[in-house]
Amino acid sequence: MAQSVLLKSSLAKKYWMALTGLFLCLFLVGHLAGNLQLFIGGIEGQLQFNEYAKFMTTNPLVKILSYVTYISIIFHAIDGLLLTIKNKSARPVKYHNEKASANSAWASRNMGILGTILLVFIITHMMNFWYEMHWGEIGVDANGNKDLHTIVIAFFKDASMGLVFTLAYVLSMLAVAFHLSHGFQSAFQSLGLRHEKYTPIIQKIGFAFALLVPLAFAAIPLYIHFVY
Amino acid sequence: MNLTLKIWRQKNSKDKGKMETYPVKDISPDMSFLEMMDVLNNQLIESGQDPVAFDHDCREGICGMCSMFINGEAHGPGRGITTCQLHMRSFKDGDTIYIEPWRAAAFPVIKDLVVDRSSFDRVIQAGGYVSVNTSGNTQDANAIPVPKEDADKAFDAATCIGCGACVATCKNSSAMLFVSAKISQLALLPQGKVEAKQRALNMVKQMDEEGFGNCSNTGACEVECPKGISLENIARMNREYLKASTS
Amino acid sequence: MSKLDSKVPEGPLKDKWTNYKDHINLVNPANKRLIDVIVVGTGLAGGSAAASLAELGYNVKAFCFQDSPRRAHSIAAQGGINAAKNYQGDGDSTYRLFYDTVKGGDYRSREANVYRLAEVSANIIDQCVAQGVPFAREYGGLLDNRSFGGVLVSRTFYAKGQTGQQLLLGAYSALSRQIARGKVTMYNRHEMLELVIVDGKARGIIARNLVTGEIERHSAHAVVLCTGGYGNVFFLSTNAMGSNVTAAWKAHKQGAFFANPCYTQIHPTCIPVSGDYQSKLTLMSESLRNDGRIWVPKKIEDVKAIREGKLKPKDIKEEDRDYYLERRYPSFGNLVPRDVASRAAKERCDAGFGVNKTGEAVFLDFSSAIERYGKTEANIQGIENPSKEKIIELGKKVVEAKYGNLFQMYEKITDDNPYETPMKIYPAVHYTMGGLWVDYNLMTTIPGCYACGEANFSDHGANRLGASALMQGLADGYFVLPYTIGDYLSKDIRTGKIPTNSPEFDAAEAKVKEQLSKLIDNNGTKSVDYFHKRLGKIMWDKCGMARNEKGLNEALVEIAQLREEFWKDVKVPGKMNEFNPELEKAGRVADFLELGELFAKDALHRNESCGGHFREEYQTEEGEAKRDDVNFAYAAAWEYKGKPGDAVLHKEELKFENIELKQRSYK
Repeated sequence: MAQSVLLKSSLAKKYWMALTGLFLCLFLVGHLAGNLQLFIGGIEGQLQFNEYAKFMTTNPLVKILSYVTYISIIFHAIDGLLLTIKNKSARPVKYHNEKASANSAWASRNMGILGTILLVFIITHMMNFWYEMHWGEIGVDANGNKDLHTIVIAFFKDASMGLVFTLAYVLSMLAVAFHLSHGFQSAFQSLGLRHEKYTPIIQKIGFAFALLVPLAFAAIPLYIHFVY
Repeated sequence: MNLTLKIWRQKNSKDKGKMETYPVKDISPDMSFLEMMDVLNNQLIESGQDPVAFDHDCREGICGMCSMFINGEAHGPGRGITTCQLHMRSFKDGDTIYIEPWRAAAFPVIKDLVVDRSSFDRVIQAGGYVSVNTSGNTQDANAIPVPKEDADKAFDAATCIGCGACVATCKNSSAMLFVSAKISQLALLPQGKVEAKQRALNMVKQMDEEGFGNCSNTGACEVECPKGISLENIARMNREYLKASTS
Repeated sequence: MSKLDSKVPEGPLKDKWTNYKDHINLVNPANKRLIDVIVVGTGLAGGSAAASLAELGYNVKAFCFQDSPRRAHSIAAQGGINAAKNYQGDGDSTYRLFYDTVKGGDYRSREANVYRLAEVSANIIDQCVAQGVPFAREYGGLLDNRSFGGVLVSRTFYAKGQTGQQLLLGAYSALSRQIARGKVTMYNRHEMLELVIVDGKARGIIARNLVTGEIERHSAHAVVLCTGGYGNVFFLSTNAMGSNVTAAWKAHKQGAFFANPCYTQIHPTCIPVSGDYQSKLTLMSESLRNDGRIWVPKKIEDVKAIREGKLKPKDIKEEDRDYYLERRYPSFGNLVPRDVASRAAKERCDAGFGVNKTGEAVFLDFSSAIERYGKTEANIQGIENPSKEKIIELGKKVVEAKYGNLFQMYEKITDDNPYETPMKIYPAVHYTMGGLWVDYNLMTTIPGCYACGEANFSDHGANRLGASALMQGLADGYFVLPYTIGDYLSKDIRTGKIPTNSPEFDAAEAKVKEQLSKLIDNNGTKSVDYFHKRLGKIMWDKCGMARNEKGLNEALVEIAQLREEFWKDVKVPGKMNEFNPELEKAGRVADFLELGELFAKDALHRNESCGGHFREEYQTEEGEAKRDDVNFAYAAAWEYKGKPGDAVLHKEELKFENIELKQRSYK
């Protein structure tokens, strides 16, 4: 019984949502740490970033981690979709007048929409860079590494579309912020990790996380487009 | 004061139902919301119309029978109260008030504002008890001391009146607050711990079968709960269930 | 000639129950499976009885009119439950609980029943704790107790102000367990409308499915009525809106004697009526009288000024206040028993000193308690020469910790802040001690028809003590009925299923349908509530806190007239075969209109004052109740004879062998 329970029951779906979500939070930190190298200017920055990109695509340990990330994203999205379908069917007739703002935060009620935006973003983002890195026509830098750096810079500095891309990325980060503002602390609640003393701290960390991580991410395209 | 009421009317479970508009006059601010409904119904009866059916019984906020979704909120505006404890002084002259039944697949409408909440009973039947028979020879009540903190927490969870406001207000029509309150109450007491694992598994299974939605941790249920049942109970249920399903 | 055999077992008081249990006939487990029992009502008595009978192995069918058995009105009981556990070591014992209950009931209850109640009270607490009822505990982890009116020990177990709820949910969980096992078939939203008697024995009921309107036949070897009290005959009471007498009244009309209908408990501390639209009254716990002082102004001009809003209660000087309970009853003060406190409030209001617009309210004032607690708290905190404001601030915190939820409830209803201005309170109908007459086995005068909890008359005499209703409901259901009914059912093991196609069921169903269609087709002009309110007014004015011969005679006539008018002019919308709350109400009010008359008749015949029954003609010079033990030391059981007014009186003499009859005094 226990095994089927851990896949099918409503609570199990929440556990998986929480676990994959928290893992993706960790991924965000790693991803951000790498991407922040884009702030390093000149040739030095280019070489360092490309070296990092190579490491990320070839190191076996990173590879395993990246597969876990892909699976997490897919699982998180499918699980979210299943939950949304189930939740919608739990209320077949809607209210005429509903004042949800009186009792809950907007983000908490719209995780599905936010998640969908993020999924679209992730797919586009991967097509923009990850695909290029793996299979696209890409030059090499002075060290002979694939020159992802130039592709990134060119993407956001593109004469016609650069501003659009930048804004799209910034807006997506806004979605990330809202998604995290609920998702981070919600994951702890779903796993039953709630404590009179520690939960307020977790909530504060979650809030800071939801604010700072997307902010830092959003700063990158802005920096490239306007400053670089 | 004079008010315009927009009320969900539905003849029976098969009828499609729709919102109808009724004016009411000379409502005293000291009336309870249900007394205002009494006034409307008397008016309807005397003019030969069908009165609005709604559930109510104790009218002092403890039986859990009354269940109206008023102006977009379960039990209306105001916190820590049931519909019967809502008074007309919460409204202004000329207001339009929307009155709807609880909405959930697991709470089908019987008539007008009356819904069938027997799904809650079935969830309790699945394990919301301690399996102890009645006899004159149970252990003395003071044989097992229970830490006051646990007893108080168990009591707080046990104050749930089973009204269903949590389900009504949850965007997913989730019953987690209700189910977790019972699981928590019994898991906190030594008498209930014996069956804690099986109880968590069985009650959650029944909850899922009844067609309640899942928890998105929006916290709306806790805000609208007339008895202030805490989300802490949902977390405890999550723990209890995880423990039960991994061992 | 007495048809009343109380069947009290022989032997010394304290051995009766044990001896009884040792000698009754039992039904073996295999045979229990062949026996069906119907339990109507799922409050403390019904829920516990249904669960316990199912645990024993009987097939139980349980009925409630609410949408779930968890909603019965037992849930609203606030204060607590008495039990002779003597955990506090303050000298409590079975005998003391027995003695207090008989004395509190003004010596109008049956000794053997009350003793048994006291005896099993301790088991109730054990059972409830085993079920997971979260009673209040002390820091050491043991159960806490508090004290209630009219007793000298701390024997009340409680769960904040929601003891009834917690106990009911305990019984509900036991019941749910049996429903899951298939031993109880639960019929929610069903109302019993007739008792079916076959060959002189109760063999089933006719019930209406309140959702579909369908009339159903249910048979069983015995029928247990746990349908609560009839306080709603007064229209306004602290009872739930649905609380009704119908099941008990139908049984009465089929031959079950109705005992002491006039014994009604009027609770002194309720929120007063605020207008004609009022649908029910809300109780404020008796515990408030521990710290609240009850008063009205001494001067009639102050009363007028307060009613007109020219003066606030605070403006009345100390010497111009009449703390009438402290004045009249110096030794018990504000903590006199319920009946005494209620009558005293009525006396002041009748004299014109009522402090609200309707003239029916007195003050319950916490300002001296706030000041007293504030001073103590200042001492504890070591504040020297605290300012008046500081004292009041500290005092309010103490009062809030004690009564916070009650103060909040009061404020929600009245929009007055009781920390700043005194509460206004007035007595309201709360509990009915009278009910179906039952013998020691809890069986009515119809063989096979039992009555438990508030529905029977047995244990509280003419006045019930606080925290004893919960005790009686659970004692009957968990520990008494499961034994006594077995003795009766042991003769039914070869009977087999009771068929529902007998002429008796046909006749009962036809009768039910006839009444329902009569109500639906009546084409009158007035709503059910219109008649119910008028009945309530007659009852309150003439059969309320104080009664007299003239008023009761008038009530008899007026109720009969009103009943006639009801049947001519009541308007019930909708149809029979649908969800129709107005039709439900109409049937209940029709029965209240009959019961009301018997109530007045009983009150008229009892030429004495005792407990909740106060006849103005029978009082001492100081205005206290005057009992007549020579002529009225009996339970009055009425036999139905075609009309409520024609009921025939049967007397069960009450013998007091273990307690000396005394005049109650709280001076």
